[in-house]
Amino acid sequence: MTGQPQTGEPETFERAEAGDHAIDPEIRTPILDVRTLSLWYGETQALFDISLLIPSKQITAFIGPSGCGKSTLLRCFNRLNDLIDEVRVEGGILFEQDDIRDPSTDVTALRKRIGMVFQKSNPFPKSIYENIAYGPRIHGIRDRREMDEIVEQSLRRAALWDEVKDRLGESALGLSGGQQQRLCIARAIAIEPEVILLDEPCSALDPIATAKIEELMIELKEHYSLVIVTHNMQQASRISDYTAFMYLGRLIEYQPTERLFINPIRTQTEEYITGRFG
Amino acid sequence: MARQSSRENDLVGDGMTALCAGALALNLLLVVALLGVLVVNGMGYFWQRDLIEIVLDDGTRLLGEIHDREEIPPSVTEQTGVSGTRVRLKLGNRDLTGFDFLWVDENRIVSREWPAAAVLLERLEYGNFYGYVEEIRRGDEVLATGSQEVWAAFGPLHEAKLDQLAAIRRLEKSEIGKVNHRMEKLRLAARRLEASDPSQAERERRGAEIERRQALAASEYEALSRRLFDMRDEWEAETLVMESTDGTGMEMPVAHVVRILRPNGMSNAATTGLYLSRLWEFLADDPRESNTEGGIFPAIFGTVMMVFLMSFAVAPFGVLAALYLREYAKQGTIVRMVRIAVNNLAGVPSIVFGVFGLGFFVYLTGGTIDRLFHSEALPTPTYGTGGILWASLTLALLTVPVVIVATEEGLAAVPRIVREGSLALGATKFETTWRVVVPAAAPGILTGLILAMARAAGEVAPLMIVGMVKLAPTLPIDHHFPFIHFERKFMHLGFHIYDLGFQSPNVEATKPLVFATALLLIVVVTVMNLVAIAVRNHLRRKYIGSAV
Repeated sequence: MTGQPQTGEPETFERAEAGDHAIDPEIRTPILDVRTLSLWYGETQALFDISLLIPSKQITAFIGPSGCGKSTLLRCFNRLNDLIDEVRVEGGILFEQDDIRDPSTDVTALRKRIGMVFQKSNPFPKSIYENIAYGPRIHGIRDRREMDEIVEQSLRRAALWDEVKDRLGESALGLSGGQQQRLCIARAIAIEPEVILLDEPCSALDPIATAKIEELMIELKEHYSLVIVTHNMQQASRISDYTAFMYLGRLIEYQPTERLFINPIRTQTEEYITGRFG
Repeated sequence: MARQSSRENDLVGDGMTALCAGALALNLLLVVALLGVLVVNGMGYFWQRDLIEIVLDDGTRLLGEIHDREEIPPSVTEQTGVSGTRVRLKLGNRDLTGFDFLWVDENRIVSREWPAAAVLLERLEYGNFYGYVEEIRRGDEVLATGSQEVWAAFGPLHEAKLDQLAAIRRLEKSEIGKVNHRMEKLRLAARRLEASDPSQAERERRGAEIERRQALAASEYEALSRRLFDMRDEWEAETLVMESTDGTGMEMPVAHVVRILRPNGMSNAATTGLYLSRLWEFLADDPRESNTEGGIFPAIFGTVMMVFLMSFAVAPFGVLAALYLREYAKQGTIVRMVRIAVNNLAGVPSIVFGVFGLGFFVYLTGGTIDRLFHSEALPTPTYGTGGILWASLTLALLTVPVVIVATEEGLAAVPRIVREGSLALGATKFETTWRVVVPAAAPGILTGLILAMARAAGEVAPLMIVGMVKLAPTLPIDHHFPFIHFERKFMHLGFHIYDLGFQSPNVEATKPLVFATALLLIVVVTVMNLVAIAVRNHLRRKYIGSAV
């Protein structure tokens, strides 16, 4: 930890340009295609010309210091930024040929296909069963037996079934922090999304709970494409296949994880991952 | 130096703590004192004191209960030159002497005794009678004479009288009630026929039919009322003859006796039983003697029913308004103004709401309903006069700001991340609001409702002009279709307190009842609040750790 974070002008960084080998790993089967995405909160620009491909059925990690825009970028994928007034977005995000940004996009249908797990676990003030059943019910599943199956399946996939199967009717808020977070993952799985966005899912958890979630994420990539935002570089290096380093709203480097951590191309990346700032 | 200043800070801190604790202690003390005054004054009323017979220096004999003892106030001493102590005697026998209470200068009392044979008679009319029993007669035939004999004969006879009374009530309520109901309907049908415009033949045909049925009902009514009169005569056939201490006789039907007691001979257990039975009578009976005696059940019923109706009106109304304000309306100047206006509404004097309720609900809404649906009864208003529905709606308006404010706070306390969690699952805003946000805010909403109910139960002023009455002949719920009668006037504990304390023909006698009724009002409000709090805690337990 040497000294202050760099506070220089954004212009002092090399511009991330299309075709730049530092931000363009070879990804054969992308599920999300971000094209020159910029975002403003009112007058303040938070994202600058981001372009990247998110691979299918892999784990992609976004790392970078606080305020670098990684969560903002993640929330663009399911248009959760729409909730904030005065957000302006330019550029596009293709999700299987359809532009997510398009005004005609059915946002609820989009969010059914791109699920999300939040930094702080946010179970609904309902029973464990009802938390899982919430999504499927909204999307039209009424049959009790089918619902039971979905709940069990989702909890099993989230490695929570054995711990809660005897108390499905109890309040979800009585679970431990790690269990609550796995419940939120199970809730996201229950609507059978294609992509799961995870916004610092372990930042409020102890190491044991974190290890469980990490294990779970590696299992989940068999079925889903995962995008995780994390502060924890060890976590990114442990679980992700690709890692994107962002700084002050710009994508600095995007590489297969191993290469980014062992042999970064950009000096900012190296300084960040070796702990010289951030 | 540093130590010095930190010690000074601690002194200030300690002082503040003591001040806060003192303020709380003072508040608690005042509440306890209030409840104490109510309990002592109100609950003591039902306890039977011994009957004392005193002889004054001029030979007057008085029989009654001692209610008070005090120093003769200087103002009285100045006028009469008498000093020392005096006692307040409850003498009863209002029909003979014209007054219930008498202050007696203790210096003038020559002798005191507590005769075992002294009798207290609680009567349906004229209040208590203190004296001695003579005999029971039926017409000219003497059934029992002398204290022992009368006492033995009275019990079974009185029991029989109660059964007869119950039979009379049944006849009045069900059979005569039904005939009355039918006659009223026929009368209205006749008026409708007049107002409508069928052909001449049709009108005659239907008119004749109505008349035929009216005649039938009238003859039925006549038969029933003859039966009723016979039953009443039989009920009042036996006469109890009493004598007061000064030798004046008093005769009354046995049936008009509520209780006959010889308090001086009663055991503690019997006195306790009497106490409980009087307490029950107070809670469960109808009032008598322009509310100065009997029970206050209709007032309890009216209060509770009105608060319930009010809750049913105010809860959805206030919650929906708050939902719109907090969740849907674009936050800006207009919403801020609306919010300020709502808060100010809570500070408008309640009588203003009463006047509004009279103008809007009673005259405008009620009047319109009458013109449209009850025109045959006009000019007698059905809904166009005060009633329990209009009173409840007026109070709902009065308390809606409380519910709006509490609901808004409850909604604001639901974390954004929980809403986002729902939206991220593909729920619409509406689904998120109804399925996640409102349940999470439910404890806060109920808190608002509890406050609203407490406020409504204690409100009197606006009700006086929208349907509350001193004495309502019938409850708003009975066994005649449609069972709940929203248009009926009702009694209310708050008004009953005012009526007893300030409008009563016999203020001295009703003073303890004021305390007892006030205590009961507090108990009713507390019970309703406890129920609401239990519901809220249940919801809270269901959603452990939820906001609010």
